[in-house]
Amino acid sequence: MTSQTAHAEPAEAAIADTTAIAVDVDRVSKIFRGETEVRALDDVSVGIRKNEFFTLLGPSGCGKTTLLRLIAGFEPPTMGAIRLGTRDISRLPPNQRPINTVFQNYALFPHMSVAQNIAFGLEMLGKPKAEVQRTVDEMLRLVRMEELKNRRTSEISGGQQQRVALARALAPHPEVLLLDEPLSALDLKLRKDMQIELKRLQHETGITFIFVTHDQEEALTMSDRVAVMSAGKILQVGRPRDIYERPAERFVANFIGESNFLDATLSGGTVELAAGGRFDVRVPEGVRDGAVSVLVRPEHASVRSGEAAEGETGATVENVVYSGEATVVHLRLATGEAMKIRLANAPQGGEAPPQTGGAAAIRIAPGAVTVLKD
Amino acid sequence: MSAQAETPFPPGALEREAETADTRRRWLLSLPAIAIIVCAAAGPLLVMVIYSFLTPGDYGNVKWEFSLEGWMNTIVQRDIFDDTLIWADAHLSIFWRSFSLSLITTILTLIIGVPTAWFVATQPPGRREFWLFLVTVPFWTNLLVRTIAIQELIRSEGVINLVLLKIGIIDEPLQMMFTDFAIGFGMTYVYLPLMVLPVYAAVDKLDFRLVEAAHDLYASRWTAFRRVILPLIKPGIIAGSILVFVPCLGAYVTPRVLGGGKNLMFGNLIELQFGAGRNWPLGAALSLMLMAAVMVALIFYVRITSREKADG
Repeated sequence: MTSQTAHAEPAEAAIADTTAIAVDVDRVSKIFRGETEVRALDDVSVGIRKNEFFTLLGPSGCGKTTLLRLIAGFEPPTMGAIRLGTRDISRLPPNQRPINTVFQNYALFPHMSVAQNIAFGLEMLGKPKAEVQRTVDEMLRLVRMEELKNRRTSEISGGQQQRVALARALAPHPEVLLLDEPLSALDLKLRKDMQIELKRLQHETGITFIFVTHDQEEALTMSDRVAVMSAGKILQVGRPRDIYERPAERFVANFIGESNFLDATLSGGTVELAAGGRFDVRVPEGVRDGAVSVLVRPEHASVRSGEAAEGETGATVENVVYSGEATVVHLRLATGEAMKIRLANAPQGGEAPPQTGGAAAIRIAPGAVTVLKD
Repeated sequence: MSAQAETPFPPGALEREAETADTRRRWLLSLPAIAIIVCAAAGPLLVMVIYSFLTPGDYGNVKWEFSLEGWMNTIVQRDIFDDTLIWADAHLSIFWRSFSLSLITTILTLIIGVPTAWFVATQPPGRREFWLFLVTVPFWTNLLVRTIAIQELIRSEGVINLVLLKIGIIDEPLQMMFTDFAIGFGMTYVYLPLMVLPVYAAVDKLDFRLVEAAHDLYASRWTAFRRVILPLIKPGIIAGSILVFVPCLGAYVTPRVLGGGKNLMFGNLIELQFGAGRNWPLGAALSLMLMAAVMVALIFYVRITSREKADG
């Protein structure tokens, strides 16, 4: 119970101790030995809670899909253990784990109808015919596919296939549902709908969802908690808001949302920006006084035309980009650092944004400055 | 010319023009195929049909006199002494032997060929070519040479008997040559690649994520094979079975070398009519019968397998 919270924030750890753990990944490493040795997972520990919508987020090749495959049982871990609750399932074959997967390309059986696909898992579990029939009907209703139950899977659209894949994986009522980038093949509109649909399904079924994606927006909007992965390691685990506002490392900040990285000097809980301005900050564990890198999100600062007053930072406007709901102002600070600030657009006639080439004053919101570990 | 070019075409005329040109081109491209089919398949077949209704010549060949004798002789034969008609049970038993041996051979090649194809298709991409190459190596040598090599293995003084005698499992050599076993063994060896290759192609196309999905949905290895893999590689199995069964029915060289003169198969029976038997019309009629039997068997087989598919 200690290892899986190793990467969590102190506040998270307290919650974790009181909430039941559904999947306990305990110091798991996975090494693929081919012509070259690839360490796909490097000493990963994480505890996924019951009934949680948990997302593994990271760029391709970060090990998120490998971790999912290990939990599903398609590959054994090279080191470490995976537990379901307290039961070690590391060596169980996939057909003996109460875990189902929604595959990236759905992997629907092409020689079976929609209903037969959904019934497959139930039949394999040896459920009586009447129960299979009942559950299949229930699942068809849940994913709104009743009319298409007798269609071949090749005769339905991508979004419909997606829903059948979901229904098929949910039908045996697994303890944990794994979703491997299930939305990546859908177009934007459909993806947004399915995001809401997935949240609804998770809520209605009360099953623990482990969701893999490289789409940070998807991760932030859907998850209860997110684990950001890179190069086979979990960098940070936390609620979407914590991950976004308090990223622990530059990689996390960079991967999620847009970022301004500024040079600063830390001394006893206060940073002084090289470009000017002092801010009280929360100092992450292991960061010493001295030169540090800080993060300011573009929407956590404002900018106006004119010379900087007390508590503001002076800059030159390099570019102003209008993008509908916001205007992004690109600035050059006195130190030569670049910074961009996103201003929400008011109706026309309000205060005009700064003009290109002019002097500008930046005001950074209190609490908007985050000290990064590296 | 210029006046003609300025005349506006009726709507759709250009498209129709292009379409007919397209059709013409397609016909032109298929001309070689049509020529081959006509010369190599339809033509000889017509000759066989005509010959089967003619009278046998004295020294082979045919006399151009219409006769039903050829067809009659396939099922009945005229007694040499009193001209009474009796059932040609020799033909029937030969046909039955051909049919059952072909069936057994097909089943054996399935049992050996499907795991082999699976093994090759699941090798890493670089090594697959090597195994495929090994599968096709027998084609590089003449069929007769390969069959004689088998003879060398199974004859009374052959390798198998020598080894078995040496280690004392048997006291006297097993009689394997000139038996149905020898024919089945030889044909299984000869036709195995024809099963492996189409099944390999089917397994190669198989999406292994479907197998993972089956395991994920609680299917054991055997159930995943039966419910997911088998239905998906069925086209390959059907193609392989046809490729093995059909030439087996008409096999000639292998039964001749390994089965000797006693264990005739249908192919040998036909050959006999065109050779020593000097009864070309009978040979032609038997050939056509064999062809009809193959077609009936195929229709039956495809019907059964596709009905299973519809049932899911």
